[in-house]
Amino acid sequence: MDFNDTSEEAKFRKEAYEWLKANASLKKGPKDGWRAASEEEGLEQVKIWQNKLYESGWACMHWPKEYGGRESTPIERVIWGQEISKFKVPGGFLEIGQGMAGPVMMMYATDDQKARHLPPMAKGEEIWCQLFSEPGAGSDLAGLKTKSVLEGDTWTINGQKIWTSGAHFSDWGILVTRSDPTAHKHKGLTYFFLDMKSPGVEVRPIKQISGGANFNEVYFTDVKIPDSQRLGAVGDGWKVSLTTLMNERLAVGDASGPDFEEAFNLARGQDLNGSLAIENGAVREKLADWYCQKSGLKFAKYRNLSALSRGETPGPQSSITKIVSGNKLQEIANFGMDLMDSAGILRMDEAEADQSMYQYGFYGAAGIRIAGGTDEILKNIISEQVLGMPQDMRADKGIPFNEIPSGNK
Amino acid sequence: MNFEFSADQIQLKDIARKFLEKEDSVKRARAVLEGKDSYDEELWKLIGEMGFTATSIPEEYDGLGLGYLELCVIAEELGRSLAPTPFSSSVYLATEFLLKLGSNEVKQNYLPKLASGSSIGTFAHTEKNTAPTELNIICEVKDGSISGTKIAVPDGDIADFAVVSAKEGSVVGLFLVDLNSDGVERVNQPTLDPSRSHASLTFNNATAITLGSAKEGWENLQYILDRAAVLFSFEQLGGAEASMNMAKEYAMGRFAFGRSIASFQAIKHKLADMYIAVELARSNCYYGAWALSTDAPELATAAATSRVSASQAFNECSKENIQTHGGMGFTWEFDCHLYYRRCRQLAANIGSQSIWKDKLISSLERANQL
Repeated sequence: MDFNDTSEEAKFRKEAYEWLKANASLKKGPKDGWRAASEEEGLEQVKIWQNKLYESGWACMHWPKEYGGRESTPIERVIWGQEISKFKVPGGFLEIGQGMAGPVMMMYATDDQKARHLPPMAKGEEIWCQLFSEPGAGSDLAGLKTKSVLEGDTWTINGQKIWTSGAHFSDWGILVTRSDPTAHKHKGLTYFFLDMKSPGVEVRPIKQISGGANFNEVYFTDVKIPDSQRLGAVGDGWKVSLTTLMNERLAVGDASGPDFEEAFNLARGQDLNGSLAIENGAVREKLADWYCQKSGLKFAKYRNLSALSRGETPGPQSSITKIVSGNKLQEIANFGMDLMDSAGILRMDEAEADQSMYQYGFYGAAGIRIAGGTDEILKNIISEQVLGMPQDMRADKGIPFNEIPSGNK
Repeated sequence: MNFEFSADQIQLKDIARKFLEKEDSVKRARAVLEGKDSYDEELWKLIGEMGFTATSIPEEYDGLGLGYLELCVIAEELGRSLAPTPFSSSVYLATEFLLKLGSNEVKQNYLPKLASGSSIGTFAHTEKNTAPTELNIICEVKDGSISGTKIAVPDGDIADFAVVSAKEGSVVGLFLVDLNSDGVERVNQPTLDPSRSHASLTFNNATAITLGSAKEGWENLQYILDRAAVLFSFEQLGGAEASMNMAKEYAMGRFAFGRSIASFQAIKHKLADMYIAVELARSNCYYGAWALSTDAPELATAAATSRVSASQAFNECSKENIQTHGGMGFTWEFDCHLYYRRCRQLAANIGSQSIWKDKLISSLERANQL
């Protein structure tokens, strides 16, 4: 038992590190990350950086070479991730395309479509978004209602999508619609990709509880999509969506925000009732709990890497990451604000990072516990797919979609 | 990255599990709980014959000379099967004290018998209803003789010898006392987990052999407790996972309102919470195993982390296993209470949750100062 690379892994790590060192600058500390002044500027920098990766053979590690990928093993992908995290490089914007849309296109698009769309996705020239969730279909995604009707060889789309990250700067989108409301819920769906500049597509930002707007609502009014942009058979949209969602689950990771170290350091410098907070027994117990959670997730990840390193399929340990880290973040955020006593209610700005991060965490944790599968859905997944327990009884089974009760929320 | 047990270690674990299943270890735990015996002598002998007690003892003392990773996987299986034997006292504690602090003579006299299981050792530390500290220990050694009383000593009634913490002058040291010698009185103490016997030990000028240097007694004690904590954690992990599996099996087969209760989200989410606790504990236990087997500088942190995490997991799983069983879980007949009791016994054995959480934060404070 050790934490060492195999000789091939070490060789790959060295190669990755050396390329990065020649092409990017090392972070000076954990907080010295890349940050752009604006979204536009960030997007521009990401495109330049991605093109550099592409030209040097470091883009889309998991993709086949013919579409611009590297065909790396899963462990190489992880090592690349570890090495690149040491450098100050642009990131974001491309995950949905490369992680979700790309794999679906590879499985269901025509050769011409693959040749047209995959290389620009790998180079970062075109940005993609995912149009799945709806106001009435979140955890129960297959309950979506956006309507698609075929006339000749053109589909007409009407409806509304929500929680679409990056819709406002995306060139293309992947979309699931209901093509047959009289079929059973999972049977009447059809999957497309479309040009986000199509007439009738309207993108509106959603204001979040933090005041920021990272997501959008997308409205479709008589939007036309050629039948050639359908992915999978008519009525097979659920099956196609599952390919995308499986890739999403792999992509969702740790909650970002203050963690054990920040809380520990805060407690070591902050006064509590006349002595340092770290000397308070209740504070020490909480810190110990968070340390154990953080450490447990870290070493669960190491167990996964070890399985990958041995060429085995990793166990289901990673399914616990988001539940544990999201709840931990929410507790730590409240702890940090509580240590400031009554003044913890005063809003602090980004300049006071040591304090304001708890306030951002306060908002962020509420979101991370929902995004990409709520705590509750993830617990269903653990109990059903890991422990083998049966599905809950469903009130909508075997009923045509348009006869399923839909409530008023 | 190779953060996993080796194929040989996994095979050893499998052998241990099958052996303990074949020997009906859980049934034996119930028999000890309900009967008059302090432990299952036959199972203890078989465990000795399997060589489990000899795992980490070097070959020069008739041990197998294997590493601590091997002992970790055995500990997990003993915990899973509630083995009613003095294994933890004799192997994780007494053997470790002698290996690290015993003179050559002590090692030669005791270790071969500990390796075969023909001698049982334990550790006597507690004196009253509070955690022992350097300041509150009253047992005292003067001119090679020990006097005072220890309570709640696991296996104190059956052990042949004990490692005892006691004051000598102004410092706390560690001493080896033959429990069959003059000046030792032992009295059985009923506990919440009668599948593991406990006793009080009263010393009245009994002969005490010094282990290690008295000056470093307290430091040595903390070091051995850290090492033992990793092994206790693996027992707790095994018990936690067994409790989780029991809850799942019962829920799958139990029907209410016309369907398996395992299909209710209230039960599924309960099981998911148990799974999360077990996975965190397992990952932290592996960290502890790595630190124990390599004697890493991080041992104090890793030991406390695995101890806290495994105590939490066993607590979560053993109490929610009863809850999942409903009324049947509260009966004497079902095995749920055996795990509930063992969980408490293991949680109490080498110090409470609060103490280990405090040790964890202290070790991080120390590491951070360097």
